[in-house]
Amino acid sequence: MCGIVGLLILDRDLEPELGPLLTAMLVQMTERGPDSAGVAVYSEGLADGRAKYSCRAESDLDWDELAAAVGATATDYYGRSAALTGPAGLRGDLESRGVQVVSSGRDLDVFKGVGLPVDISKDYGVPARHGYLGIGHTRMATESAVTIDGSHPFSTHDDLCVVHNGTFSNYFTVKRDLEAEGERFLTANDTEVAARLIGREMEHGRDLGDAIRVLQKEMDGFYTLVCATRDQMAVVRDEFGCKPAMVALHDRYVAVASEFRALAILPDVEHAEVFEPTPTELYLWERPR
Amino acid sequence: MTVLESTTLDCDELTTRQVNQALRALPPGSRARILNPRGRHNVAVGLVHHLDISIEGDVGHYVGGLCDGPHIRVDGFAGWAAGENLMGGSVRIAGNASERVGASAHGGTIVVEGAASTRAAISLKGGTVLVAGDAGNFSAFMAQAGVLLVGGDAGEALGDSLYEAVIYVGGAIKSLGSDARVEELTAVDVGRLRQLVELAGFDHISPEDVTKVASARELYNFDAVKAHHY
Repeated sequence: MCGIVGLLILDRDLEPELGPLLTAMLVQMTERGPDSAGVAVYSEGLADGRAKYSCRAESDLDWDELAAAVGATATDYYGRSAALTGPAGLRGDLESRGVQVVSSGRDLDVFKGVGLPVDISKDYGVPARHGYLGIGHTRMATESAVTIDGSHPFSTHDDLCVVHNGTFSNYFTVKRDLEAEGERFLTANDTEVAARLIGREMEHGRDLGDAIRVLQKEMDGFYTLVCATRDQMAVVRDEFGCKPAMVALHDRYVAVASEFRALAILPDVEHAEVFEPTPTELYLWERPR
Repeated sequence: MTVLESTTLDCDELTTRQVNQALRALPPGSRARILNPRGRHNVAVGLVHHLDISIEGDVGHYVGGLCDGPHIRVDGFAGWAAGENLMGGSVRIAGNASERVGASAHGGTIVVEGAASTRAAISLKGGTVLVAGDAGNFSAFMAQAGVLLVGGDAGEALGDSLYEAVIYVGGAIKSLGSDARVEELTAVDVGRLRQLVELAGFDHISPEDVTKVASARELYNFDAVKAHHY
């Protein structure tokens, strides 16, 4: 199954509420995915040229020492995971030191793990977080094992993030093609392929919408995807609409979720325009400036 | 005749099972209000006696499913498969309905005052599904008996692999599915449509001005011309 949620804040006064709202939405999706969960939170604060890195190690590690070695600072510690801040472009350096980089970017933090959504949210202090955009995922594993590797969101490129409900059937073919072009994969998960495909297309100069259109052409299977960048949130469903999605458009926010009950907790949702995204159609919302 | 008082069930205070058990325990002919459903699944399912149930808010999946008797009104929109496998009675949705509204319904009437999403009336088995607005792709797929009326436009592959159910569309049809064909509207059809439009309160549909879609019946049997190959 799996549950997905996304919340793009349009009214800046609501930004301090992002953490609590995103957590509440995620917890509503527990029955759809009780084995793992994760969220991506976008917030401002760093100058251009700086970046945050959500990192994870296979064994205990001195995060301060590691951060110092790459010219960064460790800002938060969560056992074998940590958040580092430093100059942009450290992903390769960190990975060469045996660290799994879960996300990187000026505005993006990703927190994910194995277990109940409510516990994972609490472990990473998600309810206390401010931000302008958040997406989240609750997982019921189908395509790969119940490990933190298989937990969503997937963020393979700076400030880009993907959550997925469904299964891609031809992901291994696409993965092989991407590997031949030099992409290196960190997990055995099908959604990582989707994230890398979108990321690579954006590196080649496409915008998020066009990158998703490439995915729609290249990848086969069942999916509802929510994708985010610093500027946009997008939703797309496969041709048959096999996996659910509901959207709520309100003056103060745009929200998407697998089921309405995750939207029902949003403020003043009774005045939102609620609809089901049409299969194949690409829905893309800009962050107001 | 005794007029029974209306029972109020608040989803903020009761589990879904408690709500459904309370409904089941009501004497036939009772009225019930269900408050604060907040997108909850499986509200008012499996009820087999006459009740008038008013659900005041939006519901999740399977509202009114498996029922045989009650009249259910949802004052909001409904998630997946509203009225799935309905046997009798009615389900009326004031807002939009998500996928598979009326799936496999054997009897009863499902009215959607807004639009219906994909796969409306899929595998319909005798029920009546009346949609005021548009219906999405693959509607009435493999529908075996009953009626689907779409007041607005129908999506792609309407009536694919249709058996004996009949579809009426007030607006445009994006495409017909395999073995579905447009047929001439007869006086019997118009008479039936008059009743349905009145029952649903769909003033915007004129019974003489709809398109009828039914099965061409060419997928019923295997074509035997190549039998010697086997």
